[in-house]
Amino acid sequence: MKNRIIGSFVIFLSAFSAFIIVAIILLMFYIIYSGGSNLLSLSFLLDSPKDGMTSGGIFPAIVGTSLLVIIMTIAGVPVGTITAIYLHEYASQKSIFTRMIRFAVNTLAGIPAIVFGLFGFGFFIQFVGVGIDKNLGVETVRWAQPNILWASLTMALLTLPVVIVSVEEALRNVPKEYRAASLALGATKFTTIIKVVVPNAISGIFTGSILAVGRGAGEVAPILFTGAAYFLPQIPQSLSDQFMHVGYHLYIMTTQSADVEATKQIQFASAFVLLLLTFILNFSAILLRQRMQKKLVS
Amino acid sequence: MDPLELEIEIISKIKVENLNLYYGSKQVLKNISLNIKANQVTALIGPSGCGKSTFIRSLNRMNDLIDSTRTEGTILLDDVNIYDKDIDVVELRKKVGMIFQKSNPFPKSIYENVAFGPRINGINNKKTLDEIVEKSLKRAALWDEVNSNLNKSGLALSGGQQQRLCIARALAVNPEVLLMDEPASALDPIATAKIEELIFELKQKYTIVIVTHNMQQAARVSDETAFFYLGDLVEINETKKLFTSPDKKQTEDYITGRFG
Repeated sequence: MKNRIIGSFVIFLSAFSAFIIVAIILLMFYIIYSGGSNLLSLSFLLDSPKDGMTSGGIFPAIVGTSLLVIIMTIAGVPVGTITAIYLHEYASQKSIFTRMIRFAVNTLAGIPAIVFGLFGFGFFIQFVGVGIDKNLGVETVRWAQPNILWASLTMALLTLPVVIVSVEEALRNVPKEYRAASLALGATKFTTIIKVVVPNAISGIFTGSILAVGRGAGEVAPILFTGAAYFLPQIPQSLSDQFMHVGYHLYIMTTQSADVEATKQIQFASAFVLLLLTFILNFSAILLRQRMQKKLVS
Repeated sequence: MDPLELEIEIISKIKVENLNLYYGSKQVLKNISLNIKANQVTALIGPSGCGKSTFIRSLNRMNDLIDSTRTEGTILLDDVNIYDKDIDVVELRKKVGMIFQKSNPFPKSIYENVAFGPRINGINNKKTLDEIVEKSLKRAALWDEVNSNLNKSGLALSGGQQQRLCIARALAVNPEVLLMDEPASALDPIATAKIEELIFELKQKYTIVIVTHNMQQAARVSDETAFFYLGDLVEINETKKLFTSPDKKQTEDYITGRFG
């Protein structure tokens, strides 16, 4: 009897905590949506900000955010995946070198986002950018200033540890028997990884990467000094252009705007769009995983 | 007796000489020497942990994959030491195929499972692949059951069919030796009987080494049987002889069920 009471209590408690999480997300969505619902329309998504950013849409910011996500994915995911493959498939787990890499990855995961931003500024802009400009002999500053490339690379660094950890997890889930079968058939280790391990881990690699990138997409701190612009009416034309970002835009509107009250609706609407963007990323990760799993079973 | 049959000399395919194997500081195989005859079935029996699986895995160097294993001694395959420094392990494993205890088809179609080996060897011609797949599945006695739907996932087959699929997959790379590590231990009696029948067929073309914990199975399928105990090779003999009048007292105790 006593056990049953405890049992029901535990079930109630865990269901209640699960409910709280869902409730918080829904509440957040509701508050943000109702604050900006008057503004949310297709033209808000497709127009540039107008009248000193007190009206108009956030089109450049949406494009900038998307470009940032795409470039940081291209830059970060392959590197993270290859690192994870090395760590899980090749490296001797006991060697000092491997332990050092793991330590570095874990440390990287714990560094605050703003530190990444400062690093990006110091490394990419003041070191790499200045170096490029000097060697190209350009008269005006081109690479030694914040731009979308440096912002994306900084962001890629931020997401790198998450990508590595989730890809390693995906590799770990590939049954050892598959590797043994392939090797016993006379496949080299490399062939085994390319033809057996990676294909069987691909859904995990994709979902892990998307989740990692999705987490980065909402971050603002890393791009504060590395590329995000206060206001740009046009979308970036090259990698050396600055860009607008929905999260940064939101930050600007709430703290730097001349009249914070007047833009309140824009703030809510921007926050909603940002939430939606990350949700779309996460949701596509889930869909992708399900589709891949179905394909494997049938 | 047919005079022709007398002329067939039974040659040794594999000669193991003074094989010692260590996991870290623990010795799991102690000075093993034995010969495995071509086109015969050699069964390895013994209680769990006696080293029979380790031994069979040393024949295609799968033990290399486990960190901190050390192997001493020589294993000659057709008079070439497979533990020589300049031996290509990949080539060795093509010659010495392996079937595992737990059937492990890839999560791919039946066709792709069998075609995997030829494909990684650079065979991409559709017609050639079709031929290899058909021939291998026929040899593994699976063709009649699956030929109507080769695109079905290998995982959708029954346990016994999966194991025969793994055999077909191994045959597709044209091995000379087949190592089977308790291939029927997870199967029901009917599926087991099919595998045993298949082993009998396969020895016409291949040299077979099979690990089994089932002594009846060893008696049924093998020509020679080796009894391992605690890392030692206690006895290797003709199967009939080993099960009826073994040379060693220890063997007799084991096969009569006094221990193990």
